[in-house]
Amino acid sequence: MEIFIAAVIAMAVIGLVLGGVIGITARLFRVEVDPRIELVAELLPGANCGGCGKAGCADFAKSVVTGENPPGKCPVASREQVAAIAQALGIEAGATVKKVAVVLCGGDRNQEKVQTLYNGVSDCVSASLIAGGPKGCAYGCLGMGSCARACPFNAIEVVNGLAVVHPRLCVGCGACVETCPRHLIKLVPRAAKVHIYCSSPEKGAAKMKVCSVPCIACRKCVKAGEEEQFVIDGFKVSVNYDAASLVGTDILGRAKCPTGCLLSETGHLKIEAAQTGEVA
Amino acid sequence: MTPNNSSRPLTFKGGIHPSKDGKALSRAAAVREAPLLAEYQLIVQQNVGAPPELLVKAGDELKKGQLVAKAGGFVSVPLHSPTSGKVKEISRIPGPMGVPVQAVIIVADGNDEWGELMPPLDWKTAEPQAVRDRVRDAGIVGMGGAAFPTHVKLSPPPDKKIDCLILNGAECEPYLTADHRLMVEFPEKVLRGAALLGRALGVKDIFIGVEVNKPDAIEILSSQAAGFGVKIVALQVKYPQGAEKHLISAITGREVPTGGLPMDVGCVVQNVGSTAAAADAVLEGKPLIDRIVTVTGEPVKTPGNWRLKLGTPVAEAIRFAGGVTCEPGKVILGGPMMGFAQKSLEVTVMKNTSGILLMKKDDIIQYQSTACIRCGKCLDACPMNLQPGSLSAAIESEKFDLAAKNNVMDCVECGSCAYICPAHRPLVQHFRRAKAEIRNRSKK
Repeated sequence: MEIFIAAVIAMAVIGLVLGGVIGITARLFRVEVDPRIELVAELLPGANCGGCGKAGCADFAKSVVTGENPPGKCPVASREQVAAIAQALGIEAGATVKKVAVVLCGGDRNQEKVQTLYNGVSDCVSASLIAGGPKGCAYGCLGMGSCARACPFNAIEVVNGLAVVHPRLCVGCGACVETCPRHLIKLVPRAAKVHIYCSSPEKGAAKMKVCSVPCIACRKCVKAGEEEQFVIDGFKVSVNYDAASLVGTDILGRAKCPTGCLLSETGHLKIEAAQTGEVA
Repeated sequence: MTPNNSSRPLTFKGGIHPSKDGKALSRAAAVREAPLLAEYQLIVQQNVGAPPELLVKAGDELKKGQLVAKAGGFVSVPLHSPTSGKVKEISRIPGPMGVPVQAVIIVADGNDEWGELMPPLDWKTAEPQAVRDRVRDAGIVGMGGAAFPTHVKLSPPPDKKIDCLILNGAECEPYLTADHRLMVEFPEKVLRGAALLGRALGVKDIFIGVEVNKPDAIEILSSQAAGFGVKIVALQVKYPQGAEKHLISAITGREVPTGGLPMDVGCVVQNVGSTAAAADAVLEGKPLIDRIVTVTGEPVKTPGNWRLKLGTPVAEAIRFAGGVTCEPGKVILGGPMMGFAQKSLEVTVMKNTSGILLMKKDDIIQYQSTACIRCGKCLDACPMNLQPGSLSAAIESEKFDLAAKNNVMDCVECGSCAYICPAHRPLVQHFRRAKAEIRNRSKK
């Protein structure tokens, strides 16, 4: 019985002492946490995609509260969410251009010649290390879906050996951009609806050898549109995404792109879907 | 210094014995001169390191051996014209790695006329610095496949004491016989080059390692070696016997530390082809503009060895060998173990093209790789003492830090593990990916 009482007393004393120590440390080493950080974090989408350049949503919330970033820097948050955060903090929402990713290659298995049999690791970086991958074009999409696996929003689909971004699902976080060993993925303003789906700097004839939808730099689109809406770089034309007035879908009818690399983002998806028989 | 325990053929730990060595196809075929072509497509960057700076433009007249590009830095070499003629254009042609590369298209004038050669140096009195400079000016690189500029290996930093030069005549890759023929037909060139490189490095011990499947080469070199102060070492037939770290281990018993270079253990390794080219450069003043290439494989009509000018398209080289008897399934530049499969026959011969190998369709098996069964065969095969099985698992789940910790950067990409793996796992490809990713990360 005595042992029992001694044990209870000993435990009680130890408990009290440790409780006191914890209490004192908590007071001494208290960290001030701004309650607004938690508030902002709750209002953010919570995707932790890293598209803002911060380690995650909590980190971004902190940077918003400290004024380092405007709430609009979050690529995922809708306009309403951004407005709600701005209102809660009583600051400006910050105007940002909404971006979307686009894979600038149109060479799927029907369009681009597959020149070698490849049965190695199904990963774009690995494939690009072996004779530049199985496809004929050394600048085209390898179609092994490294970008699709990196996308936290499942916005990239590999259709018939070509990575295609679904603009409705893409939030423009840019997680895919770094994964592409061919550097085909660009973050472009959401307002840009027309793209030139080719990234090869080769001569037109060399491109035509390996692909049926390359940009051959015929400049029909440049003539149909305005000069500054396009960038001409050697044997490749691309849309000037920094232009004051972005090229609109109306160019498609006027330009009559002979190879079919100038496409609207929806037109591109439709073609992809039709080829695989997914759309009735 | 004498090689350890020299009564038996020497070797290293690990490695494999490829079941089909294919050397019989071309080992007896003497080196033939290739006929002059109408056009050569000279790839500009033929060396590891800085790309050379182009000195010519379309329309320029060239003499054989004239400078086409100058070295773009210390780790870089100049490039010379393989024949006399005119530059048609500077263009882009399919490269050996599957990516288009810059090339100088030279239309031959048919005279094949030498321009001004560099002054020959005396073989007995050439100063070490003069030899090094000449090797650099002649554009000599590692002709076994690595294409690393030879003069850089001849100029070790002063704190590294070099006491041993090893020449690689192992030619452990199946099918290739270019170095074999070189040693048999031009033994004096190899030995003179060996002595010159040894002088450039200031070393007394010069070894030529040759696998015992080339008894004629060992015999002919041994009979002349004494006069040049060179020792011939017989090596066991095993792949990758010719990898420099394994050659050092076999001949001297020294082990190159992880992440280190042969110079860390006082050794320099050079290919016999580069050595012979160095002899040509020093004693005759000739730059490196051609090389011995084995054109071989079962589909080739008359497999053999040719002296091909740099810039010779692979398709032409196959034509020299009489064309093909059946449709090949694969065309490889180099040997079957470490060579690169090609998707275009427009690729041209470079300084490091040791062979053009065609394989039959039946020999190309499209394996289905399965999960690792932990049999441990790769552990025994790996000459670098790595753990290919667990490394590949780490890389498959993209744990590159773990792979780096387990020394994936030490992998020499010899392919022994992938060759032996009963689950047909693409192990080397995983390692190449990991090495690329780790290098990218350290750059950032």
